[in-house]
This record gives sequence, C-alpha cells and structure tokens, in this order.
Amino acid sequence: MPKTGMLTTIPDFTLTPRIDQVGAEERASRFTKRSIKKEAKVNGLKLVLNMIDLTTLEGKDTEGKVKQLCYKAMHLHDALPGLPAVAAVCVYPTMVKTAKNALKGSGIKVASVATGFPSGQASRDVKIRDTRYAVDNGADEVDMVISRGKFHAGEYNYVFDEIAAVKEACGEARLKVILETSDLITFDKIRRASDIAMYAGADFIKTATGKIQPPSSMPVALIMIEAIRDFYYKTGKMVGMKPAGGISKAKVALHYLVMVKEVLGEAWMNNHWFRFGASSLANDVLMQIMKEKTGVYQCASYFSID
Amino acid sequence: MEKEIKKSSLSVSENGIEKKTTQKRLEVLKTYKIYIGGQFPRTESGRYYVASSAAGKQLANVCLSSRKDFRDAVVAARNAFGGWSNRAAFNRGQILYRMAEMLEGRKAQFIEELIQQDTSRSKAEKEVNLAIDRLIYYSGWCDKFQQVFSAVNPVATSHFNFSVPEPTGVVSIIAPQQDGLIGLVSVIAPVIAGGNTCIVLASESKPLCSVTFAEVINSSDMPAGVVNILTGKPSELASWFVNHMDVNATIYCEKDSSVQKMMQDKAALNVKRIFFYDKINWNSDEGQSPYFIMDTQEIKTTWHPIEHIAGSGGGY
Repeated sequence: MPKTGMLTTIPDFTLTPRIDQVGAEERASRFTKRSIKKEAKVNGLKLVLNMIDLTTLEGKDTEGKVKQLCYKAMHLHDALPGLPAVAAVCVYPTMVKTAKNALKGSGIKVASVATGFPSGQASRDVKIRDTRYAVDNGADEVDMVISRGKFHAGEYNYVFDEIAAVKEACGEARLKVILETSDLITFDKIRRASDIAMYAGADFIKTATGKIQPPSSMPVALIMIEAIRDFYYKTGKMVGMKPAGGISKAKVALHYLVMVKEVLGEAWMNNHWFRFGASSLANDVLMQIMKEKTGVYQCASYFSID
Repeated sequence: MEKEIKKSSLSVSENGIEKKTTQKRLEVLKTYKIYIGGQFPRTESGRYYVASSAAGKQLANVCLSSRKDFRDAVVAARNAFGGWSNRAAFNRGQILYRMAEMLEGRKAQFIEELIQQDTSRSKAEKEVNLAIDRLIYYSGWCDKFQQVFSAVNPVATSHFNFSVPEPTGVVSIIAPQQDGLIGLVSVIAPVIAGGNTCIVLASESKPLCSVTFAEVINSSDMPAGVVNILTGKPSELASWFVNHMDVNATIYCEKDSSVQKMMQDKAALNVKRIFFYDKINWNSDEGQSPYFIMDTQEIKTTWHPIEHIAGSGGGY
C-alpha cells in the first residue's frame, strides 16, 4: 500500500491506459444485478440522500428559487423524522451568498459551479476570477469544467495548467473537476481526462454538467472510478467521485453505491468522497424510503416540488 | 389454432420408391404478453399461468403479473395523464373511433378467441359486434358529456359561477371475470373517454381477448400509457390496485364482498374513489351510459368575478 507524501511524478498523458469498451460496459452492467432489499435498501437510500448535491443550475434561477431549494435541503420530508441532510447545495456563483445565508448553521455545504460553466469557453483570467468570486462569497466547494476544445486539440498541458491554476484560486475550497464525458466521446479520452484532472490537483472528478445529452452512464463512471483507484495505488491520494446528470431514480443510485463499494471500497462510502449531482433524485429516494416504511407505493404529489 | 395446412410432396423412402407424404405445418403461436406504456413486455416476475378452456384444453401461457408490473404501469399511466387529459375532447373521440375501426378489422380473431374460451359462435359474434358499437358509443360521448353535466350556477354575489367535470387521474380497474371482451371494453372506454388513464387487470380465466385488444389499442394512435393491460390473479393484485398512493380511483367488477371490504378500507389511505360494478349485465344496454364516464370525473367549480360595466347590472 503506498503512503501519502510519496513523490508524484506527472506521467505522460498520451500513455494513459486504453479502455476496453465492451468489457467496461459488461462490468458496469453486473453492478445492476445485485439484490438489495428491506433494511439494507433503506440504509443504502439514506446514504444516497446524505451524498446528494441538491442542484439548481438554470438561467432562470432567482434568489427565491435558491432559498426554496436550501429550505428543501434542510427539510427533505418532515413527515419522515430521522432523515439525514443532503451533502451540499449546488448553485451558480451569483447565488452563493444567498445559499450560504439560507443554509447558515445547518452544516450543509455550498458548492458553486465556476469557470464559465457549462461550456468552459472563457479565458483563463475570467475563469480564475469566476472561481475567486465564488470562493470569496463563501463557496465550500467549486465545480469547474475543463476546456474540452483544448483537450480534443491535444493541448493536455493547457488543460492541466488550467486545473492547477483554478485549484490554487480555490484556496481552502475543495475542487471538483467536471470532465463533461459526453463531450469527450471515447472511453479512452475519459480515462485520460480523469488522469489529467487528478494529477493537476482535483479533489473530486465529476462526470457531467447535466446540460448536454446523453447524460453520463454507469460504464463512464466506472472508468473514472477505476482511474481514481489506480491513482490511489500510484500516489496514495484519495480523490472523490461525483456522477451527475441523468441519475434521477433511487434504484440507479443504489447501483452506483454498489459500484463504488466494489471498486473503491468502504473508505469512499461517505459524502466526503462520493456525491451525486442531482435535482430530482432526492424525491425519488424519499418516495422509496416512504414505501419501505409504509408498504404502500407513493405518489409524487405528496412530496415537495423540486 | 387447430388449423393445419396439408402439403403434398414427394419424397424418397428407404427402399428408393417415391412415395406421397403429408407434412404438417408447425403453427406460429402468439405469445400473450402484457401491455405497459405502449410496449408489450413479459411480466417482470417471469411467472406465467396456463389459460385453458372449460374442457381443459391448454390455450396459452399467460403472464402472471406482479405488483411491480402494476407499479410500472402506474408510472406509465401517470406520465401519460397530462397529455391525454389535455387533448381536445374531439381528438379523444377520434381515437376511440379508431379503436372501433381496428376492432372491426380484427373481428374474426376476437370471435375465434372467444370461441376457444367456451363461447358459442353466435354469442361470440354478438359480443364482438357489441364491443365495437360500445366503443363508437363512448367515442361520441367524448366531446358531449361535458355540456350535459356542466352547469352555470346561480349565486348571490357578483360572480360568474360554473361547474365542469374534469378527469380524476389514474384509474385502476379489475375487469369483469365473465365477459372476456365486452366486459373489458365496457370498463376501459368510459374511463379514457373522460380523459383519465388506466391500468386494467384482465379476466383471469378469459385473458386471451385482453392481450389482442391491447394490440388494437396499440394501432389506434392511442398515446402510450393511456391504457395499460395486465394479466394475472385478482386475488394477488387487488390490494395493490387499491392502496397505491398515485392511483386516484379504483373500479372493481366482482361480487366478492371480502375483497370489496378490503378495498374500501385501503382506499381511505388517499381518499381514492372506489366503484363496484358488480350487478351490471355488460351484454345489455345497462352496460353503457354517460354516468359511467362521470364516475371517474371530478366536478370543478369556478368563481369568476364579474366586472360591473357601466352600471348595467350583473353580466358576463
């Protein structure tokens, strides 16, 4: 087992492992076959709730909408006492202050997207200032997007330096690096981008912005999780994982937990190292917990609006 | 099903002398699957039961649906509800008429299936004709029952006050056991004519027509999820049909009083509307009425302030 603090040499990213796509898809589909019922299911669902970054990233977001989301984060479903809180609320930089005030004293973190989210097509200077703005307003975590155009052009050093610069601008805030896997297209490139992000100092790697189709899939997340595992074995550093976009069902979320547990192990099974970026997942999880409690299938009308 | 096509052909027997033989064609049998969200999946549970005639002849292996199939069907029905209830009433009428057209075109198949399930030919023909007519009947009512059952109400304040029927939502139906086709059509048609979506559990003992009827629905421009048809045991599924929080009304067509009692108890959970159509002869005229549509409607009353224009008194 490698020890922390050992010397990390930055590898040649053109030599990152190639991915066997058929194998990855096959492996990912196995995680969906586990039977998780009753008490184990309830515990799993509660863990999922505790890992959610409750998200609103719309052009039409207002302060009122953000406040409402923060209220929801603190009161997921008052009819069910004893539920855990979500991990964080994820908003645009301009809404960080509002969210921070609304969540005061609750222990729920505020995450902010930054760096020209969601396209990332902004100058380095703008990206750094975007990040600083979010952090200065109180963001505990920053979700940045990488420059996919530069990445496709083979300018890996540019992408690497940019992540490192944003990491520096983050200061104490933890940095999540969004790869936007649907933009990266091939599995090989997803693995390569994961490696670049981790060596450049990412605290988390995150699949997608949730803004483009198709959303990221389990095989994609598996590749990233395996990259995290390999990185850990090489350097001794743990990196977090955040799948986002398209995860709206409790059942799928449980599949992800199975995958994390079986690939990365128990150490990652908490919201310090694993998150779900989602807006509608929380309600489905609540409905499933309620179903387990009452034995009756639930109706969305009885739960808060997302 | 028993038809066989005889083909004559020449083949050479062992001793080299040409001999005439008869080949029996291997018949292609239909797999009777359930109908959820516009798809024909097998039951999630992988179970089946054998549907047979009174004489004990095996007719088909039929899906034995589970509560999870029902849950999936409710999700499909709920998703379909917004689109279906917002369609122009006239358009719903067109689609029901289209169903009648499709049923007319497949008459022979339905008659065959009814005969296999122990109905005489003349009765079967009558039942299929009646089913077609009943669809036409409800097709006509689609854009008319609103006028008949709406009202402008006299009120003492300066308000324009009116009441209109609106569909209640997702309806779960346990269809009549005895009438494989006419019973099924008679309970589905008024529910969807009114803009609701539904999940129907077909007759356990006579399920063949229900699956074929799903094929009729599927080729009638009916949006996916408006009608979902399951096959299986009412004894197993009845409680799930009535305690699902996302179901707004339940229709039950049998006389079993213990089931009725159970349903009344469980329906209280979300104040579901519950109807027992247990004394109706679906083969007669009492099996069709706009009041069946009204059972799954809610009356919505609107108070609209009237502007007092130039001292002209109340008006709108």
